[in-house]
Amino acid sequence: MDAVLEVKNIEKYYGNKGNLTKAIDQISFRVEQGEFVGIMGASGSGKTTLLNCISTIDKVSSGAIKVNNMDITTLKGNKLNQFRREELGFIFQDFNLLDTLTAYENIALALSIQKVNSKEIDKKVKSISNRLGIEQILNKYPYQMSGGQKQRVACARAIITEPKLILADEPTGALDSRSSRMLLESFNYLNGDMNATILMVTHDAFTASYAKRILFIKDGKIFNEIRRNEDDRKEFFNKIIDVVTLLGGELSDVI
Amino acid sequence: MLFKLSIKNMKKSIQDYAIYFLTLVLGVGIFYVFNSLDSQKAILELSESTKAIVDLLMTLLGGVSVFVSFILGFLIIYANNFLIKRRKREFGIYMTLGMGKGSISKILVTETLIIGVISLGVGLLLGVFASQFMSIFVAKMFEADMTAYTFAFSSKAAVKTIVYFGIMYLSVLLFNTITISRYKLIDLITAVKQNEKIKIKNPMIAVITFLISVCALGYAYYNVTVKYLDLNETKLMIMIVIGCVSTFLFFWSLSGFLLKMLQGNKRFYLKNLNMFVMRQVNSKINTTVFSMTVICLMLFVTIGVLSTGVSLNESFTENLKKSTPKDICIENMIDGEKQNDKTVKEILEENDFDMSLFLPDYVDATAYETEEITWKQTLSNVKEDLTKQFPMIRWDSKEFIVGISDYNKIARFYGIKTYDLKENEYMVLCTFKSMKEIRDKSLQNGMELRLNGKTYQAKYKECKDGYLNMSQSNTNMGIIVVPDEVIKNDKTLFKASNCFAADYNGTTDKEKAEIEKKVTNFFEQKKIKQCLIDTKLSLYESSRGLSAIVTFIAIYLGIIFLISSAALLALKELSESADNKERYEILRKIGTDQKMINRALFSQIGIFFLIPLLLAAVHSIFGIIFANKMMVTFGEASLLHSILITAAVIVVVYGGYFIATYIESKKIIQN
Repeated sequence: MDAVLEVKNIEKYYGNKGNLTKAIDQISFRVEQGEFVGIMGASGSGKTTLLNCISTIDKVSSGAIKVNNMDITTLKGNKLNQFRREELGFIFQDFNLLDTLTAYENIALALSIQKVNSKEIDKKVKSISNRLGIEQILNKYPYQMSGGQKQRVACARAIITEPKLILADEPTGALDSRSSRMLLESFNYLNGDMNATILMVTHDAFTASYAKRILFIKDGKIFNEIRRNEDDRKEFFNKIIDVVTLLGGELSDVI
Repeated sequence: MLFKLSIKNMKKSIQDYAIYFLTLVLGVGIFYVFNSLDSQKAILELSESTKAIVDLLMTLLGGVSVFVSFILGFLIIYANNFLIKRRKREFGIYMTLGMGKGSISKILVTETLIIGVISLGVGLLLGVFASQFMSIFVAKMFEADMTAYTFAFSSKAAVKTIVYFGIMYLSVLLFNTITISRYKLIDLITAVKQNEKIKIKNPMIAVITFLISVCALGYAYYNVTVKYLDLNETKLMIMIVIGCVSTFLFFWSLSGFLLKMLQGNKRFYLKNLNMFVMRQVNSKINTTVFSMTVICLMLFVTIGVLSTGVSLNESFTENLKKSTPKDICIENMIDGEKQNDKTVKEILEENDFDMSLFLPDYVDATAYETEEITWKQTLSNVKEDLTKQFPMIRWDSKEFIVGISDYNKIARFYGIKTYDLKENEYMVLCTFKSMKEIRDKSLQNGMELRLNGKTYQAKYKECKDGYLNMSQSNTNMGIIVVPDEVIKNDKTLFKASNCFAADYNGTTDKEKAEIEKKVTNFFEQKKIKQCLIDTKLSLYESSRGLSAIVTFIAIYLGIIFLISSAALLALKELSESADNKERYEILRKIGTDQKMINRALFSQIGIFFLIPLLLAAVHSIFGIIFANKMMVTFGEASLLHSILITAAVIVVVYGGYFIATYIESKKIIQN
């Protein structure tokens, strides 16, 4: 299978010569088409920096990131924006929905900025919201929705452009457990039925247990990697807890 | 320490302050320029009579300045509120660090003082230099001699400016302190995260309100332009109130209406960031309806005042040319005293006046009165209208009667229209607008003239233009013209007035002025009191002064209103750009092109600047038509000219503020 994402020996430094901090230190991994990969780590481990570099919001200091065999670290200006809107879909912790727009409009916006024609937009928004079970709230504004609904709208916005890769940054961070579960079920649906490739950053073991493979990051390096294989989610969760314990931090964050 | 903090804050937020500061400087400068008019060299050299006009102008400008300082004071307080709002979080941090509200107030006081002192200084400097240019303009207005130019500085105006603006800044300090003392820490810390609650209106209500407001505006426009004759003071006030209220409703419902309309057009709505821009406008217009209304009305005043004020000067001169066809007109008011029923020419010759001062083609005409023809006879069929319009009317006022050939003689000399009458006909000349309407009605009611046992029919069912004394070219209340036989045969008629018109026997303005001096001296020396003298030169001088006053006040008010409204909009937009930063950040995160974002920002700010201007322009069209009908008839050419000048001023000032706002906002959202 083709690698959707290929990260090769990337490094990210902060600060100057005298006081250098390595946020990412020689990380390499691949994500295949149709995978659901979780990245775990304590705060300060470098996981958000990693995601920012992949999403081109931040730039790496060295190394290469290839999406669909294209090195995105060399992209600039409008090419970068074009890459971001055509190849990537984003789901953020705080939803990042526009509060002035209705759910329908928020989803449609992702296509509008790609200059898709209006009939197509309408069709696509309706079909995606149908699949994610949000047709009832299409005409509501973000402040009229619950957190879970907002995040599912954000999902719809991320997936509607049919991106190569969906990047999710702490998607359950602002949700209660019930909404989290519903959202993660949606992720499973996106990954399983729609064959979307998802890369999700989280420090929550429960959230991570929905992924098929998990990379653990500590001090800017990959510390461990586990695969779900044929385990059910419960067993996978326990395995994750084991690694987290080994990592030695933030147990309080796990439960 | 606090002082250092203030300085640092200001350096940091110099971008936020730039437009505010610029507006203050402009305000101070303009204030100084108009209050220092009288100290300018050009004005110091004026003749006594124009000096009196300048004194009047200064008194009026003083009054207007108080009004202007209220407007600017309001603007400054409003602007300050914006700036404070933006810094809520900063104050929150100070407070969590244990700084008291008193200290925060002190920081603000220091900042206000620094800005106040600097803006006053720079503004005064600007004003002093601008007033030098102003003096050229002034000299042109009053046709003064500009050869002896010196640099002028008015310490009186400078002190006045400092005192007025000092009071304004002090009131800002007071307001700021009150605002700060009201804040709660929790509000300050969470200030950034709190989005304004978006009130959602039922789109149908918006559409209906919009239609109502448009209809109401149309109704008001119709009443002040087409039906302006039916207007009285109360009705006019009602129309103004309707105009203001429907302007408010227009803005209240406009975005909802547009949104509804555009949402229907999916192809437009879902194209690029159109949807986002529309929603931005919609979300903000809800919270800015009131300021939009104020801005629109201020712009309306600006456009109306500037264009009519500028054209007033031109049309005055134009009208004057029309209404003063000859150099001098002397009228002997005989007023029934038989012993003094001489013509002007007879009086002049009797007193050994040198008739060669006049060109030999001079003419005169005599008007008669009779006890038989008073207003009671001619106007009692329109009694109600007349008493409504002129409550102090005297019904026994006698009508002026003139023979047709006498009238035609003087009319030909003036170059105005002449008429023919048959032996049983009469006609009425009247140029005074409100009187003409009443007389027209009376003529339509079939008014007949009964003189010496004979009845005369009106030749025309309306009054015609015409006058005997050229000073009455616009104020002739009514002259009845009859066939010459009437004058010859009717023994009840007696001479009431003799009007004499002539040109001076001179070619240059200087020669004419000398002759005029000789003529007026003659009448003074011989103590001939019953004669009224009107000359072209004196009419010119007095009306030029009057129009200069109106023009100055118009420009003063117009420019202050213009910069106030533009600054208000600019500051509001800037403070909102800061709030919108997050929204634009989201757009960027989902991969929108910078170009597209810039275009969206441009249209968003453009819409906010354009909408009040457009409505104000529509208001002004009808406002100018109204002013044109009610007060002075502007020549079309001069009106077009002044509208072009006004448009240019607005494009430069308002457009300048727009561009500055766009550039600043772009910086804010990109940071």
